[in-house]
Amino acid sequence: MSDLTSAAAAVGGEAAAPTPTGPAPAGKKEASASLWADARRQLVRDPVFVVAAIYILLVTSMALFPWLWTRTDPRACDVKFHRTPPNAEHIFGTNILGCDYYAFNVYGARPSLAIAILATTGIVVIGGLSGLLAGYFGGWVDAIISRIMDIFFSLPFLLGAIVFLVVVKDQTIFTLAFVLVLLAWPTIARIMRSSVISSKNLDYVHAAKAVGATNGRLMFRHILPNAIAPMLVYATITLGSFVSAEATLTFLGVGLQAPAQSWGIAIAQHQVYFLEDPWLLLFPCGLLVGTVLSFILMGDALRDALDPKLR
Amino acid sequence: MTKTDVTASIDALPDLDHSAPLLQVKDLHVEFRTRNGLAHAVNGVNLSLQAGESLAILGESGCGKSVTAQAIMGIIDSPPGYITQGEILYRGVDLLKLPEAQRRKVRANKIAMIFQDALSALNPVFTVGFQLAELFRKHRGMSRQESRQRAIELLDLVKIPAAKQRINDYPHQFSGGMRQRVMIAMALALDPEVLVADEPTTALDVTVQAQIMALLAELQRERNMGLILITHDMGVVADVADRISVMYAGRVIEEAGVHDIYSTPAHPYTKALLQSIPRIDLKGQELHVIKGLPPALTDIPAGCSFNPRCGYVQDVCRADPPPPRYPVAPGRTSACHFWKEVKGDE
Amino acid sequence: MSDYVLETKDLVKHFPLTTGILFKKQIGAVQAVDGINLQLRRGETLGIVGESGCGKSTLARLLVGLETPTSGAITVRGKDISRLRGGEMRRYRRNIQLVMQDPYTSLNPRMTVGDIIGEPFDIHPEVAPKRDRRRKVQELLELVGSNPDHINRYPHQFSGGQRQRIGIARALALQPEIIVCDEPVSALDVSIQAQVVNLLKRLQNELGLSYIFIAHDLSVVRHIADRVGVMYLGKIAEIGTEDEIYERTTHPYTQALLSAVPVPDPKLRGLRDQIVLEGDVPSPADPPSGCRFRTRCWKAQDICAVESPALTVRPGSDHPSACHFAEVRDVVHAVE
Repeated sequence: MSDLTSAAAAVGGEAAAPTPTGPAPAGKKEASASLWADARRQLVRDPVFVVAAIYILLVTSMALFPWLWTRTDPRACDVKFHRTPPNAEHIFGTNILGCDYYAFNVYGARPSLAIAILATTGIVVIGGLSGLLAGYFGGWVDAIISRIMDIFFSLPFLLGAIVFLVVVKDQTIFTLAFVLVLLAWPTIARIMRSSVISSKNLDYVHAAKAVGATNGRLMFRHILPNAIAPMLVYATITLGSFVSAEATLTFLGVGLQAPAQSWGIAIAQHQVYFLEDPWLLLFPCGLLVGTVLSFILMGDALRDALDPKLR
Repeated sequence: MTKTDVTASIDALPDLDHSAPLLQVKDLHVEFRTRNGLAHAVNGVNLSLQAGESLAILGESGCGKSVTAQAIMGIIDSPPGYITQGEILYRGVDLLKLPEAQRRKVRANKIAMIFQDALSALNPVFTVGFQLAELFRKHRGMSRQESRQRAIELLDLVKIPAAKQRINDYPHQFSGGMRQRVMIAMALALDPEVLVADEPTTALDVTVQAQIMALLAELQRERNMGLILITHDMGVVADVADRISVMYAGRVIEEAGVHDIYSTPAHPYTKALLQSIPRIDLKGQELHVIKGLPPALTDIPAGCSFNPRCGYVQDVCRADPPPPRYPVAPGRTSACHFWKEVKGDE
Repeated sequence: MSDYVLETKDLVKHFPLTTGILFKKQIGAVQAVDGINLQLRRGETLGIVGESGCGKSTLARLLVGLETPTSGAITVRGKDISRLRGGEMRRYRRNIQLVMQDPYTSLNPRMTVGDIIGEPFDIHPEVAPKRDRRRKVQELLELVGSNPDHINRYPHQFSGGQRQRIGIARALALQPEIIVCDEPVSALDVSIQAQVVNLLKRLQNELGLSYIFIAHDLSVVRHIADRVGVMYLGKIAEIGTEDEIYERTTHPYTQALLSAVPVPDPKLRGLRDQIVLEGDVPSPADPPSGCRFRTRCWKAQDICAVESPALTVRPGSDHPSACHFAEVRDVVHAVE
């Protein structure tokens, strides 16, 4: 910390330490004071985070419980009524096949989110674990894992995804999630690795080692909880970008295919109608952008909340 | 602007009074708006410095000594820090009331500061020579050739061997003590009249500390500078200072000449502090302990801020207003209602 | 066999300097610790002083097993523990524990104080059965002068001095015989230093502990140590009782070191013997031949470059000193 900023930080730090030794002031509840609890408290007070989180919750409920949002069957399509603008009966209008567009978009949330969540879980597990092992053990373990990371890094994302999906031919939620994991795990592994490298030299890790802690205990009890924050932030933001990745791949024709219903498909199917019936693109795009933006904002807020230096 | 130009324009400032103390701080209050509340870092500090004098500001962490120095230099981050009250007078001119441009000129040319950690105070991506020469190019309008020559002279002045070669080195290529010398060189480049040293040797080995303090003393004598030394080290202060201001919880609680403070402290905190430090020339005596902890700056006790920890405390100490600066002797004050008792206890 | 609880013999730790990414080649070594012989008696405090780069922190890490020696032996209770691995090493650690310097980084901020102090019990379950652990942790908190009700608080809720007490409590959990204190009060305020030093002395008396107290602050060391060793560039320059070192020091480096320590007494200003060293400390990767201090020593002669002085008792002195020209000199008190 530079001398110039240490003033505020030091004073802030001093101010943050309550007068200890001796009983707590009468009437004050001993609230949990872990860093996670502190972060949680800060997050719920952040209006940006709250709005973004509510949006995500709404979208997630669309994905999990679409029947709560609409009674209409999105597959009950009548071509006679195709491309009607929003009206009382169909609040989002109808699409080119005459399906209720609102229901289409509601049901479309599921595949989009499912792919994003599956893929994110995948990169967190694979990337996180490899980064942890590479960072902790160093030496040849690190050398091997890092070189593997480098190889995957050099695969161009879009091109690699397209080639893979074209070759595989079977385009389901799982193959899409798989290709995203395959191409995106190195980034998160690298984040985790550098986080672990800087954590493993912290004094309290050495202190635990001096007491006799095994490698496993050091990795999972001491290093991981402190190294995980950057990865969590990145994962949150990546969730959002995976949603748009699915839409992109679907738009390019290598992602999900009709008759599957997702936002990506909605955008792909109706791209040519933008000038005549703008709502056909506006609704799925709006939902998509809203979702991605919410994840990014949540990730930002999370990073600020988890930063111990700002305590 | 050449040096004479600068001096002329500063001399032309209204209120400038060559007979006034070189630097004066009057009733300074600095607050920090933190997440946990309002931290009162400085609560009415008064200081005075004459040319050629060494004033030590002594106190432990959180007492506000560094913030006071930063207020003098004008480098408090705002937000979250705000100077809410007080005057900072250079020869009678209130720096806080000057327009920005003039304030910066006075500060750049008359008051300089050195910090504890030279590595973070020096720019790591430029050579030492570049950083020094830049000062001359910018503030004195010198040519590259001239400013480089002056830079070499400065490094010689602070006794860095092989200055001509070392001028092309980067900060990280110097040892800790050498870096501190470089920082001193940068501070002295524009011939300031006041040097503020914020814990300049705390991070250094004791043998290097001795070298640096000797260098500072010599430079101060040569240039008749006023030195404000901020530290917590009572040994360094005993060696170097003429006068001492002891700070606690944002206030100056005792001011005296250096001999008086060590032999007959007039404030319980100063007294307790002196009794708690181990001395190298005494064998293992029992170290006295000041019970309790310094207060959080968001929650300073009413009355005398030291009252929860004081051995001389009475009811009057716990109530506002806080003790005024009682005159103990000419040039000596103590902010304790019972200073006579404390002093006479010896 | 001896009544030493801890002994080191020719302890050496060199850190290799390498180049190359895939195939590393050694091009030199940082000779952090280069032949240290120490003895620690039961109930004694051995102070190790020295400036930055002298190797005292590396020595601390070697003693608690955070580094393995390049060569030499560390003997605890008559057993050489420098080559232990695995389970044996774990059991050895119960005898010797560490208190670290920085109270702000030596406690895991995401663990409660109870978890931190109780972790040794988790790692060494044979020391305390599970149902006793909470009580033992509270006893430890009381022992170091902290409030046992704070067992569920987090480190950031405590001040520096209190955190250091928690670190000491953690070190005491396994009831070690020996505690290595690596600059335990350097990061604390002056008035808090006194609290922690007094605590350490009290614990030593109550529990019969032996300390290796490593510090750069010579005033603090004088206060707590029975014997003192002075380190310079990986070697011991001088070693003796506290009295011998402070009152009758014979090694030029120790003399320079002691003369540089300011005394909080303005009456002594200018009255003490001032030795100001020239130059910088040489790099431990490339130390001078012979006596390592010769590049800054005012007594240096040709022999100093050729023959490395042994740490023996020199004529005219009462304790070992590694200098060909050892001579008593008082630098602590005012010169008459």
